[in-house]
Amino acid sequence: MKHVVIIGNGVSGITAARHIRKLSDFKITVISSETPHFFSRTALMYIYMGHLTFENTKPYEDHFWIKNRIDLIFDRAEKIDAAKKLVQLQSGKNLTYDNLIIASGSRSNFFGWPGEQLQGVQGLYSYQDLKTMEANTRGIKNAVIVGGGLIGVEMAEMLCSRKIHVTMLVREPAFWNNVLPIQEATMISRHIASHGVEIKNLQELKEIIPDDKGRVKAIRTMTGEEILSDFVGLTVGVHPNVDWLKNSAVFVKQGVLADEYLETNIPGVYAIGDCVERRYPLDGRKNIEQVWYTARMMGEVVAQTICGDKTRYEPGPWFNSAKFFDIEYQTYGNVNNNLEEGEDEFYWEHPTGRKALHLVWNKQTNQFSGINSFGIRLRHEKFDQWLREKRGADFVMDHLAEANFDPEFSERHENEICDLFFNTTPWVDIRN
Amino acid sequence: MKALKIFGLAIFLIGFFLFNATTFWASFKLTAEVLQEKIADKQKLDLFTTHASPIIGKTFTSNHAFVSALNNVFDRANREQLKKYNITDAEIEQIIERSNNKFTTPILDSVFRASNEVAAYKNKAFREYSITLEGTAFRSRDEYQQQLQEVADKIEKYGVINKVGFDRYAIKDLRYSLAKASAHGPVKNNSSLFLLLTFGLCIIGALLYILPKLEHQPGIKNNRILFNPMKNTGWLGILTGTWLIVFYLLLYFYPEYMTNWVIMVDPVSQWINGHEAGKFFLYGFIYTLCILVMGVRFIIHYRHSKYQILRTVSVMFFQTAFAFLIPEILIRLNKPYYDFKNIWPLDYSFFFDYRLSEMAEHGTLGIFMLGWGIALTVVGVPVMVYFFGKRWYCSWVCGCGGLAETLGDPYRHLSQKSLKAWKIERWMVHGVLVFAVVMTIGVLYTWFTGSSHLLFIDTYTMREIYGVGIGAAFAGVVGTGFYPLMGNRVWCRYGCPLAAYIGLVQRFKSRFRITTNGGQCISCGNCSTYCEMGIDVRWYAQRGQNIVRASCVGCGICSAVCPRGVLNLEVKDEKGRFGEPVLIGNNHIKLKD
Repeated sequence: MKHVVIIGNGVSGITAARHIRKLSDFKITVISSETPHFFSRTALMYIYMGHLTFENTKPYEDHFWIKNRIDLIFDRAEKIDAAKKLVQLQSGKNLTYDNLIIASGSRSNFFGWPGEQLQGVQGLYSYQDLKTMEANTRGIKNAVIVGGGLIGVEMAEMLCSRKIHVTMLVREPAFWNNVLPIQEATMISRHIASHGVEIKNLQELKEIIPDDKGRVKAIRTMTGEEILSDFVGLTVGVHPNVDWLKNSAVFVKQGVLADEYLETNIPGVYAIGDCVERRYPLDGRKNIEQVWYTARMMGEVVAQTICGDKTRYEPGPWFNSAKFFDIEYQTYGNVNNNLEEGEDEFYWEHPTGRKALHLVWNKQTNQFSGINSFGIRLRHEKFDQWLREKRGADFVMDHLAEANFDPEFSERHENEICDLFFNTTPWVDIRN
Repeated sequence: MKALKIFGLAIFLIGFFLFNATTFWASFKLTAEVLQEKIADKQKLDLFTTHASPIIGKTFTSNHAFVSALNNVFDRANREQLKKYNITDAEIEQIIERSNNKFTTPILDSVFRASNEVAAYKNKAFREYSITLEGTAFRSRDEYQQQLQEVADKIEKYGVINKVGFDRYAIKDLRYSLAKASAHGPVKNNSSLFLLLTFGLCIIGALLYILPKLEHQPGIKNNRILFNPMKNTGWLGILTGTWLIVFYLLLYFYPEYMTNWVIMVDPVSQWINGHEAGKFFLYGFIYTLCILVMGVRFIIHYRHSKYQILRTVSVMFFQTAFAFLIPEILIRLNKPYYDFKNIWPLDYSFFFDYRLSEMAEHGTLGIFMLGWGIALTVVGVPVMVYFFGKRWYCSWVCGCGGLAETLGDPYRHLSQKSLKAWKIERWMVHGVLVFAVVMTIGVLYTWFTGSSHLLFIDTYTMREIYGVGIGAAFAGVVGTGFYPLMGNRVWCRYGCPLAAYIGLVQRFKSRFRITTNGGQCISCGNCSTYCEMGIDVRWYAQRGQNIVRASCVGCGICSAVCPRGVLNLEVKDEKGRFGEPVLIGNNHIKLKD
């Protein structure tokens, strides 16, 4: 019987394992040195904040794996011997495979700042990072977060829940402005600040200053400002966790190079999730995507291929979501931080600064290209359909109410938004 | 703000401490007047008075001593009556001797012929308990004697105490009513003052503790819940659970120990219904206050969601108006006590003889109540569940649900999410439903035929087992007492027969479902964790499947706590309700789960 070995028990590896089990009777082994069982990485923040226990973050009960004959090995994959089809484990054991799936995830970026190895300085990605953060932040008063992105705001919210004062160094003019257009980046910045977080825009880290015990005491910014800090969170992105593959036969650039079937240069060896670097372009997508949803889809795709139905990785229209303190964010299609050539936009913001909608379309063709939504839940299904059908922006606006996914009795804004949209844009002419 | 919170907590704790302490601040003095008032039967009054003479007028300084003394009186009285009214061995001998091994009732007239009350009782009782022996010829004297002895034993066990002594029901009632009427002390003399010092301080303290939550911005604020010993089954939670369990045990089984609490609410009861408070008035009063005060907390906590606000205002209204005020006002008007929103089989005593009689005696209103009650069960539930789902009752109207959603909200995450718990839940809750139905059929059978036996089952015993086991122990002691230990819906999930019935309708015939949003789920587990009914919501959400579960009470918290806007409570066309899981992902992959 074919033996499929999966390195990594994150969402991509586990999704692959589950779907291979559904489609086949292959022997499946999943290796992880992070935790014995799959947990939801995105929920780490809720453990720290006391919303969930670690157990609560496990999507499947422990007996699920036994019942589904998915063998879990709590060990570390150290090396791949592609010629012998062998994975060497830290414990000294070897595991032979017929198919190998590399799903080794990411590591936090450290850009070589002076003092980045000091005690009290860390990123946040793994379960171990969470434990470290728990220890690093016990009883402290001030923290600095470097980087204004998704993990940065998560960390800010975590620290705020422990009443730790947070200063955020953001390289851009506003929070996450390298992704979000300035309108909503500004709105979210205001919201984060309203929770007591001090955001320092257009600021970068120069160095981290230790105390006499080798622990972080302060940081210095590029402009020379010194900020006292008992903890420094480095949340300046992640990179594929591929160092361990450097001396193997598997081709690695930034990530594990994979083709449209997620196969590496070695037949029968696949890569999925954060660690993948696609060797072919996909419209509107970066070659390395470190998102829950793409990891999940890659897991689904590779399972099909391994089980005999060779399937191309075609993730469909982009979508993502996040939550910035109290404001939920959903995005469908492409809304870039700066309008692309030929694009037009419409932005609506509620007077409370807790809701906003940002629509982008192509000026020439009228075609809707993407939407950012804040504080209003939208139906993924509708937007996926409209994006695939290449609908016009006016169509989307006309049907906006159908796509609302807010709970019953929620305040609705479609009328107001549509009025504003059709009154302030030249749409009316084109439609008639 | 923090200072205000601590101040509020301190005030609450003072009130709560006083409330508990008042249990011990009474002395008891039994008077002849009290006895006359509480024991209506002249003979029993005399019997009790004879044996109670040493304690009448004596002051007891502790509740326990007084209750022990009462128990002694009951015991002595019963023993005397048994001695007096029991069929003696000599009398059995006489029956045998006079009957030539064949039993016929005229023999009894010759044995119990003295023209006194004792002989008359024995004669009558022996006839009643020996009906099956009438005309029987016995082969041996031994067998005959044995049969007669059995009759005598039955009379001892069931007859004497019931007719001429104090059976356990009478003792339970009298212990409580005598204790309440005999209580003296500061609480009795200043009941209004103590009402303010206990309930008043608790309410003010709780509100002062709760209101500062407004300083946080609207949104899900579950920070540090699982670090809190009150909310993570820590020492404080266990202590709270223990207090609640003790409270319910006192309420249902030892109310004579909570007389001072009842006395404190006498003024309220007088004001609303014109009578002294009973223990269930006290219970209703506390219950309503809990829902109101903790309802305020809930609304503040979830004030970013209109759905949550509206449904909480709804349970607060139904509890205050329908469960508390209207029934009390009905009493004031000499009408039957009736909670118009309580539905059989949750209202398990709806078809009990005394309630049917009561409704029958009250003309149009009584008939309306009967019709309304039946219509709610037969028409109201299915129609409403079809259009709105189980939630219209369980999380918008019901009193048990109301308490769970308000007082119990801080414990919602403690409900078990395992597959095993779900299996146990299904057996238990449907088991209770079957029990409730069988019990009610039995009760109605007895009502219509007058026979207390349905097949081999004694309907009175069955109804008592249901009342004590399910009505009191499960719904009360476990249902609420276990909030801090097993979550706030223990009763609704494992025990409520109405929830089981509504659940079956919701599962098979309803427009309601929880939908998931494309592929947006990140499996974080907030939905499952905060589901009070223990539904593993994530299991469905992460595979893009509608959540159609019998137990879902539609509280909407899964949707509220979801950080990615994945879950939504929806009512729409039944078509597609059980549709294939849809998880938006890679093109052309149809996921079969």
